[in-house]
Amino acid sequence: MSALLSIDGVSKRFRGLVAVDRLSFQVKQGDIFAVIGPNGAGKTTLFNVIAGVFSPDGGAIVLSGESINGLSPDQICRRGVGRTFQIVRPFPALSVEDNVIVAALLHRHLVPDARAHAGEVLRQLDLYDKRAQRASGLTLPDRKRLELARALATDPKLLLLDEMAALRPTETDRMVSILKEFNRNRGLTILLIEHVMRAVMALAARVLVMHHGAAIAEGAPDEVVRDRAVIDSYLGAETVV
Amino acid sequence: MPTDIYLNVAVSGVLTGLVYGLMALGLSVIFGVVRVVNFAHGEMTTVAMYLAVVLFATMGLDPLLMMVPIAGVLFVFGYVLQRWLINRFISRPEHSQFILLVAIAIIMTNVLLIVFGPDARSVQTSYAFDSFMFGPLIVDATKAFAAAAAIAFAAALFAFFRFTRLGIAMRACADNYTGAQVIGLNVPRLYALTFGLGAACVGVAGAMLALITDVTPPLGPSFTLLAFVIVIVGGLGSMPGALAGGILIGVIAALAGLFYTPSAKGMFVFAILVVVLLFRPQGIFGRRA
Amino acid sequence: MIGRLTNDVPRRAAMALFLLFLVLLLAPWFANDYLLTVLILIFYFAYTGQAWNIMMGFAGQLSLGHAIYIGLGGYTAAVLFGYFGISPWVGSLVAILFAITCGAVIGFLAFRFRVAGVYFAILTIAFAEFARIGFDHFTYVGGSAGFFLPVSNYAQSDLWTLRGKPIMFYYLSLGMTVGAVILCHIMLRSRIGYFWQAIREDEEAARAVGIDTFRYKLLAVIISAAMTSLAGVFFAFYYNNLFPEEVFSINRSIELILAPFIGGIGTLFGPILGAFMLTGLAETLTTTLAAFGIDVPGAKQIFYGICLLLVITVLPEGVWPWLYRRLHMAEPHE
Repeated sequence: MSALLSIDGVSKRFRGLVAVDRLSFQVKQGDIFAVIGPNGAGKTTLFNVIAGVFSPDGGAIVLSGESINGLSPDQICRRGVGRTFQIVRPFPALSVEDNVIVAALLHRHLVPDARAHAGEVLRQLDLYDKRAQRASGLTLPDRKRLELARALATDPKLLLLDEMAALRPTETDRMVSILKEFNRNRGLTILLIEHVMRAVMALAARVLVMHHGAAIAEGAPDEVVRDRAVIDSYLGAETVV
Repeated sequence: MPTDIYLNVAVSGVLTGLVYGLMALGLSVIFGVVRVVNFAHGEMTTVAMYLAVVLFATMGLDPLLMMVPIAGVLFVFGYVLQRWLINRFISRPEHSQFILLVAIAIIMTNVLLIVFGPDARSVQTSYAFDSFMFGPLIVDATKAFAAAAAIAFAAALFAFFRFTRLGIAMRACADNYTGAQVIGLNVPRLYALTFGLGAACVGVAGAMLALITDVTPPLGPSFTLLAFVIVIVGGLGSMPGALAGGILIGVIAALAGLFYTPSAKGMFVFAILVVVLLFRPQGIFGRRA
Repeated sequence: MIGRLTNDVPRRAAMALFLLFLVLLLAPWFANDYLLTVLILIFYFAYTGQAWNIMMGFAGQLSLGHAIYIGLGGYTAAVLFGYFGISPWVGSLVAILFAITCGAVIGFLAFRFRVAGVYFAILTIAFAEFARIGFDHFTYVGGSAGFFLPVSNYAQSDLWTLRGKPIMFYYLSLGMTVGAVILCHIMLRSRIGYFWQAIREDEEAARAVGIDTFRYKLLAVIISAAMTSLAGVFFAFYYNNLFPEEVFSINRSIELILAPFIGGIGTLFGPILGAFMLTGLAETLTTTLAAFGIDVPGAKQIFYGICLLLVITVLPEGVWPWLYRRLHMAEPHE
């Protein structure tokens, strides 16, 4: 299995602050890969660099063999990368359905086709019944699922999830099962940032731990959570596993 | 053309530019702290000009003397406007606030039109035609006094923001709205005071402008645009920037008027605005937002 | 096709609209000349408001210099007719071309250089003012003294040259307004309409779902410019004269945005409702004042200002969304 996404020595600086420090890792096709670490470790910056919001100051980002350094966010999305935002950003005045139709229109140019596809995605995320509601009126868990639905509707090969699971445990489990389903049945590759260890342990095949912009550990989840450096910097001695 | 003329025109441009700069300073102060773009700025200036005209016409009071009371009236107007109306729009989208002031501007311009009619008015003081001679330079007395007043008021304002508690509190609001609230500053009141101060600048500038030029109601929008250009060129939110921008625009406009036709001055001003907006939107002294 | 157009509009509303349309169609038979001129004015504002609405309500870009397209459109068609005898229908095509170019330049500069929000509004004002002063010095088309169209025989209406009686202009402006509404409806329901709304709601999130925001914003500007320029052509041929001070002035730009703001930005019928309300009430005000022998220049403007103030304070979304909800219909989602 080849690497779908290859991060090679990527750095990002903001004036004096090094947010991402020569990071390297690979995400294989069909993987679920988690990035964890304390606040300020540079995880969301890493996502923003991959997604094209920032361009890297150094290193290479390669998607399916093609360099995507410096491309704009919409160009990167068109190449098959979907993303969610840490603080969800639905289109507030649009209905749930319309939110997803916008995304579905990326690859389906006719509105009826897009609507059909949006309907499918909404059904899978249990939002179909709320499709006529205004997005701004949804509860937070529903908005998170809407954010996910929107990203999924663009038919991505790689999905970047930024702290999707910050919810009650039942919600988290639901989210996890939806993601597992997409990963298993549609081969969707997922790269996720997460604080909720419950989700990380349940989903990820590989975990990368970041601290001060650099990688301090990488491996299978159960190895990583026992790593000395990871415990010192982030997890603490007692971890709910 | 002999260099004397260029020099005179340029100096004249600097002097009027300083007065316009003070007007723009008011806009900058308001935007810098309250973050509202005052589209009614020019109209407020026009009101100040008419106040000066009326006071001179009815009681023979020189604008140079009246500039403080006029500033006071405008201060109160600005304070009330911000406190009772604009404050409600603080959390609304940008274009809402902007349009609110557009509406206020429309009302003000037309009230002036009804009250004063469309004819031009001006203030003709006894020294209106005097001038000072510095070698080859011939400087209009009115312009000299107006510019001096503008500098004096601007200096007082700088000092206020830098050295008084109130001034520092206002700057805190500008830098960090939530932080200011958290440490117990009464932000709505500070906003109102700031708007009032910005309006006071306009009061002084307007009184001075009445000395050097005629006033008609439609001048409002022109002044607003001019203030925008000056502030954008100098740097939105920067006080020295407003004055520097005023001088720069004043000189360029004056010289442009000399080289081409006076009425084409406006085109140059707008061309400069477009260039600045595109290539250096933070202006000369501004910081990148 | 009518069915497809109306399948999102509640049946009651569709019936009401159709009735209104019939009334307007037959109006010249029972309305006097004055009422017709008022209606023409209403249609003009409804049309320009709708065109402006595409940029603002659909794509979220505040333009306060829209008069530039009116001026460009008007002058192009007027000059082509006045100097070269070219029919305004052909002239319109040329006018659209100029407007599209102008809009493309403004849009390109603004979006490439990330000029947004209030700065964008100021940029549009600057361009309009530049045009105004420029045309003031453009002696070939009359400069500040204005450009006058050859006035001919009013007894007969010539549609090809747009010379004729008010009734011709009535149906023309009605047709333009209806056309604009239909066009906007079609656009809103299409892919481009969804993309525009997404951009208006949250540009960064729109980019995250693959929308090329630069391209679609530019498209909004261009379409809006093209439509507005046709209003300019109408303006020129209806009033028979053009003065830079009037046609490019910021007052023109502001009066253009009143109807959509008051009626409701981003909605399909907002500009129409706004135009009816605003112009209807304003004319009533003027006639009432005139009946008392009071002639107050500027009263209408103050009225506009107050309306704008009231609406933006009390009903920021505009009157149409409020009305829609009061009549117990579903959310007007656009």
